[in-house]
Amino acid sequence: MTEGTGNGAGTSVKLARKDFQSDQEVRWCPGCGDYGILTAIQLLLPETGVKPENLVFVSGIGCAARLPYYMNTYGVHSIHGRAPAVATGVALARPDLDVWVIGGDGDMLSIGGNHLIHALRRNVNLKILMFNNQIYGLTKGQYSPTSEVGKITKSTPFGSLDHPFNPVSIALGAEASFVARTHDMDRKHMTEMFRRAHEHQGAAFVEVYQNCNVFNDGAFDTILNKDARPDMLIDLKHGQPVRFGTEGQHGVMMNAFGEAKIVEVADVGEDKLVVHDETRVDPSLAFALSRLADHPETPTPVGVFRAVDRPAYGASMQQQLVAAVERSGPGDLRALLRSAPTWTVE
Amino acid sequence: MTVEATSARGPETLPQVVIRFAGDSGDGMQLVGDRFTELSAMFGNDLATLPDFPAEIRAPAGTIAGVSAFQVHISDHDIVTPGDTPNVLVAMNPAALKANLRDLAPGSTLLINADTFEQRNLDKAGYAQNPLNDGSLAAFRVYEIPMTSITVEATKPLGVKPRDAERSKNFFALGLICWMYTRPTEPLVDWIKKRFASRPEVFEANVAAFRAGFNFGETAELFDHAFEIKPAPLPPGEYRQITGNVALSYGLVAAAQAAKLPLFYASYPITPASDILHELSKLKNFGVKTLQAEDEISAAGIAIGAAFAGNLAITGTSGPGVDLKSEAVGLAVSLELPMIVIDVQRGGPSTGLPTKTEQADLLLAMYGRHGEAPLPIVAASSPSDCFAAAFEAARIAIKYRTPVMLLTDGYLANGAEPWVLPDVDALPDISVPFATEPNHGDEFWPYLRDPETLARPWAIPGTPGLMHRVGGIEKEDGTGNISYDPENHDRMTRLRAAKVAGIANDIPLVDVDDPGGADFLVLSWGGTWGATTEATRRIRLRGKLIAHAHLRHLNPFPRDLGEVLHRYSKVLVPELNLGQLSKLVRAEFLVDAQSYTRVAGVPFHAAEIENKILEMMQS
Repeated sequence: MTEGTGNGAGTSVKLARKDFQSDQEVRWCPGCGDYGILTAIQLLLPETGVKPENLVFVSGIGCAARLPYYMNTYGVHSIHGRAPAVATGVALARPDLDVWVIGGDGDMLSIGGNHLIHALRRNVNLKILMFNNQIYGLTKGQYSPTSEVGKITKSTPFGSLDHPFNPVSIALGAEASFVARTHDMDRKHMTEMFRRAHEHQGAAFVEVYQNCNVFNDGAFDTILNKDARPDMLIDLKHGQPVRFGTEGQHGVMMNAFGEAKIVEVADVGEDKLVVHDETRVDPSLAFALSRLADHPETPTPVGVFRAVDRPAYGASMQQQLVAAVERSGPGDLRALLRSAPTWTVE
Repeated sequence: MTVEATSARGPETLPQVVIRFAGDSGDGMQLVGDRFTELSAMFGNDLATLPDFPAEIRAPAGTIAGVSAFQVHISDHDIVTPGDTPNVLVAMNPAALKANLRDLAPGSTLLINADTFEQRNLDKAGYAQNPLNDGSLAAFRVYEIPMTSITVEATKPLGVKPRDAERSKNFFALGLICWMYTRPTEPLVDWIKKRFASRPEVFEANVAAFRAGFNFGETAELFDHAFEIKPAPLPPGEYRQITGNVALSYGLVAAAQAAKLPLFYASYPITPASDILHELSKLKNFGVKTLQAEDEISAAGIAIGAAFAGNLAITGTSGPGVDLKSEAVGLAVSLELPMIVIDVQRGGPSTGLPTKTEQADLLLAMYGRHGEAPLPIVAASSPSDCFAAAFEAARIAIKYRTPVMLLTDGYLANGAEPWVLPDVDALPDISVPFATEPNHGDEFWPYLRDPETLARPWAIPGTPGLMHRVGGIEKEDGTGNISYDPENHDRMTRLRAAKVAGIANDIPLVDVDDPGGADFLVLSWGGTWGATTEATRRIRLRGKLIAHAHLRHLNPFPRDLGEVLHRYSKVLVPELNLGQLSKLVRAEFLVDAQSYTRVAGVPFHAAEIENKILEMMQS
């Protein structure tokens, strides 16, 4: 029960999507982007070989946080912002389990920002999916820590003054060992990112741009409209020059300050383009790429920004226990009580 | 063990003595206090200690704020408190004298490091005149001893620089006290050797200072004889000295073994609870996992996750941390998972008095969550009792699948006493089986309760066929599915309350110490046990009748508590708060319980409670 690598262990019986669906009615608003994300997860899991009983979905509070109820797995719908903490407890107590964290931008970057960065820093073996819709949905439409400056909402009738977070930059700043971005309009890409996150040993952070059609409809239209995508999504591919556009006519080049800048390939030549390397131990390149779009209204990178090997916390913790037993033998309570001088009264 | 010869007259036998070592935070008073305690414990005395140190690591040297003290009460008979007033005060500087003098009765002994009574230190302590010269100490037996210069002199042959040599003056004071009270010296020398094994020059300087202090007592002719406190006739058994935080840590380890569960402790550093984290983090070969979380909230969340995953999960803190954890504790109440929340109480509100004791978190433990969120509360009564209290908290948490609040306090946490070691083989089995099978036809209902305990099944991840979701939203009775049904919420609220209330059938009746005939009961809880017990002993020595009951369980109360309270015409509840238990028993049992309270950051003096009882007896 205490050994394991956290991929939930394989199975010989081929499972299907329905094996991961609970009997609960899905209660998101019709048209919500969350449906597509749920489907992508439920379609991916049978392919991974993980057994439902070895999966734990942990969430905080918010629309996204209802997802565990719809999974036929173990699940905890906890309290606002604390899902990374609760999930850390599950994953460290039981490194054999396959633990996922589901939450929104308010849950994970506002009230729970501290827990998120520390789970990433520690590299706890968690698959963390952050559904970013740039709005508070469950509380009916206040601006979120990822909303753009000037946003008019119920709590900002004269426009929000808050500078938004770039979630990928935050995760990279916390030196997360796996960081990716995807969006709810492309199930294939989503599935691929979730698969990569699942395969990663350690904390995997995936930002999912997700449309809230009730309170923030079309927030990502500028970059996600079918026609816009070729020129607005920069699909990062490991080992390849960073290029985009219908003809691959745009590219990304590093300037003298280490900043990533969008250029026309015809102007600079392909050999001047930066070649993406998600395995770089130094997160600077990934961070520079994450800064290309301050906000998803200009060409925005998607895909895997960073995927590096670093010991997962649960495994290291387990190793310390094993090493302690090797060093001192298994704990003996009788001896422990006598670890200070004793005397006998007859 | 050898007892070195003392002066020709031979020692005078005393039944008990209370000694307080006081000096600057950097003077090593806690260390010599600990050592004297250990020596006395090994010698066979009964004892109790009261460390008292500032929150600042190094407050400005020589000031009142920087004074650190350690009080130890040793006796030839059974004692239960660290003593009301010291018989002997060791004062290493003017500030230590000034800060502690008010606690001394006339006739007490003052051992003063005279070297430090110069203008600069007198100014820092706020003395307009040197108290050694102005007659203000006339009521005391004052011994002015140049402790620093003798220490420097004694260590000179070792080639120790005077500045370094001065640091050993605490061992001089310890040596002198060891002579005065005829303590064995060899164990102390052995201890110094072991402690400073890697620094032989420090070892030698400390031993030289210690011997100089001892020899000073024997030869200086200041003292005409030494004293002796004979071993106490304690119940037979194997003993050690233990503090509350260490006892509590061991109690958790014992409980995890008795429950056959891995122990997971998540915590955030906070005075005076951090030593539990320090202690448990050493015990990795017991399979104990510890995590220093990023904050108090996270520590509680991590414990909930570990509990869901099947560990004995614990988070420990002090009052400010309990405030922060309260939302998570409410979640644990709703999830109905076993978990222990330790509150080592300290002076509040807010940061309050981090290193001082108080018991003002009872109502916080009881009611400090939104909604109806009852949980069991267990409190420890003495430093060594923290072991049994932790074990009991775990038993209840596991059996009833509920968070349990375990209350100790700063005095219990750092205080020490002899502890007769429990027989670990005789500890009861407190394990409960995890759910392994569907419990409702071929379905698994996570909130289908055990009819007797009302506990829900504990089905841990990895168990095939029992996949289920739990959450903080109200759950349908039985299935555990989300439910907003009004009647269901009413039912679930009452079920959660009934589960906790039902624990009253699983805990002992009130243990009333009443030799018979008393119509006056003192009701205590937590760390006031010692002072209350001593006070009632003194009342009986005066030939008066008094009954005493002490509560281990604060929620639910023992099922006969109301009946017991109504048996007495007078009920007194002494507490280090403004009357929290008295409020509870008055509300619950309509009893006219009188409250006696102090919130001075220190334990009750037995005399304070004794006087209050006498006053009430006369009215």
